[in-house]
Amino acid sequence: METIKLVYPVEGGDLIEAGEASSKMKLTLKKLGLPQDIIRRASICMYEGEINMVIHADGGEAQVEVDTDQIIIRMRDTGPGIPDVAQAMQEGFSTAGQTARELGFGAGMGLPNIKRYSDEMKIETELGKGTTVTVRIKIPQ
Amino acid sequence: MTVGEVREALGWKAFHTADPDRRVTGGYAGDLLSWVMGRAGQDCAWFTIMSNQNVAAVALMADVACVVLTEGVEPDGDLLRRAEEKEVNLLGTGEDTYTAACRLHRCLT
Repeated sequence: METIKLVYPVEGGDLIEAGEASSKMKLTLKKLGLPQDIIRRASICMYEGEINMVIHADGGEAQVEVDTDQIIIRMRDTGPGIPDVAQAMQEGFSTAGQTARELGFGAGMGLPNIKRYSDEMKIETELGKGTTVTVRIKIPQ
Repeated sequence: MTVGEVREALGWKAFHTADPDRRVTGGYAGDLLSWVMGRAGQDCAWFTIMSNQNVAAVALMADVACVVLTEGVEPDGDLLRRAEEKEVNLLGTGEDTYTAACRLHRCLT
């Protein structure tokens, strides 16, 4: 299979509407006939990344590459950056505001969930410039 | 059991049943969406009192069999619309979450 490249813009600002990019990706992965568990893991990683982009940055972009043996999801924003990545990776740590919490987010589980459901996760962040979270999910052969 | 069979056996309300033949294999209760996303098992029934439209997105991504709104909570219009769009099974009951989960457990065992 040739590498399939997909790009999904993530709108900023509206947390209520968040999840569109992840929904679209999930549908595409389903059409490609990938295993249900792989689709689920990729969808969870993408949705958590999408929610983070909406809460902390003004949206961003997700690039997805699907190969026979792996899915790479690269989520890039131009938000404020993460001051302390180790702290942000701790379950329960959150800097999300009141609105996000009222909607059921801001539990400090976003990045930990991405780590839990991916095989590899890389965070590149620069204060004032933005953050890129890259995840790799292996597809068992 | 399927979502349709569970709903019928327990007398729960169907707000939207996109796929009544989907199998239910367990349950998960929680209202913190990210927590649910990380912990709810695939194909489970998710009990919650949250009724905003993000519930449909989480249900879709976490791939749960159905959402069960407990305590008589009604979905807001946006949640209902999203559940229809995303083909998410959305049920409801006046029971509290504990009672509803216990009844599901008895039903599945």
